[in-house]
Amino acid sequence: MSGNTITRAQLSEAVYEEVGLSRNESANLVEAVLDEMAKSLIDGETVKISSFGSFAIRHKSQRMGRNPKTGEEVPILPRRVIIFKPSHVLKNRVNLKGDS
Amino acid sequence: MTKSELILKLADANPHLYQRDIETLVATVFEEITHALEHGDRVELRGFGAFSTKQRDARTGRNPRTGDSVEVTEKNIPFFKTGKQLREKLNP
Repeated sequence: MSGNTITRAQLSEAVYEEVGLSRNESANLVEAVLDEMAKSLIDGETVKISSFGSFAIRHKSQRMGRNPKTGEEVPILPRRVIIFKPSHVLKNRVNLKGDS
Repeated sequence: MTKSELILKLADANPHLYQRDIETLVATVFEEITHALEHGDRVELRGFGAFSTKQRDARTGRNPRTGDSVEVTEKNIPFFKTGKQLREKLNP
């Protein structure tokens, strides 16, 4: 458990090494992957990536919340949130500790 | 949208690339994220969201069918937090 943070730069570098496109094009394509996923989700569509997981939209209705600092009641407006459901493959892989 | 539909969209937008390269590219992106999570690392994609793992403590669970107690060991679960920009686009 190292606790590093991976960003777009490392993803692009991995793509650059695996696919053999230029660094610039690799970075643009990583961005395109994220853009396409975001676009589908904004359209309300579920995004299913086999052996990774699925991203779905859930509609939340309005509820009363409280400003924790002032104690004042404020309505939390209806909104859409993304639910990520990891696949079994991903769940298993984050629990591998040398076995299987 | 499925992974294969995502590959087709990217292929349509990039006719100068081989589809098998796009397949490798998409596989690499998700493999890298998985690999990072396996190591307990965090993946932060500004504007889109962040992937991390959360630890669930060991607990005594029950087999819902038989009612028997079973020991559930401590485990890690993958977690995704939507980025601010994407959250705002979902709720304009």
